[in-house]
Amino acid sequence: MDYVPALARWVHFLAGVMWIGLLYYFNFVQVPALKAAAADGTAAGITKHVAPRALLYFRWSAVVTWLAGATLLGNQFVNAFTFQKGMAGIGIGAWLGTIMLFNVWALIWPNQQKILGMKPATDEEKAKARRVALLASRANMMLSLPMLFFMAGGWSHRGVFGL
Amino acid sequence: MKNPLESIWGTIICGLILTAILYWAAQALLH
Repeated sequence: MDYVPALARWVHFLAGVMWIGLLYYFNFVQVPALKAAAADGTAAGITKHVAPRALLYFRWSAVVTWLAGATLLGNQFVNAFTFQKGMAGIGIGAWLGTIMLFNVWALIWPNQQKILGMKPATDEEKAKARRVALLASRANMMLSLPMLFFMAGGWSHRGVFGL
Repeated sequence: MKNPLESIWGTIICGLILTAILYWAAQALLH
């Protein structure tokens, strides 16, 4: 048994479940819950105690997922990202995952820091940050569908889908 | 026109359409 790919695959799945699980939690649960909580003045419990913890595991599990995925690709890393023969399926998944990682660290996290008061921001800046963070989160949710299609098929796409 | 990413179902439908587009694009490019 080759221990490094086996371990990398295991960590890739564990961290990926946490990352995408929290992404779906934000989109399916927290966003509508905050809307309802804002209406009855109970949003502070979520924004103070839940959201910062969820974001901590969200952004770092994204990094671990990507690094474990890169380790798993090993010497096929460049072949995957350049869609070489037999690697197009996983290559598309890898590109989508990379774009999603960028969205987490460049758009979602910096704007959430403003929204949650971790960074100073005016009301106008917070309103803009809410919009950008929501759309970036929704974009990642949208990208997660093809990402998981291409990732989960992985190597078998060569045989099943001709990719 | 409303941005489809405003709603959760709009987001899911966009994701499904994107999956189909990428699948067919990949097949067209590779064969």
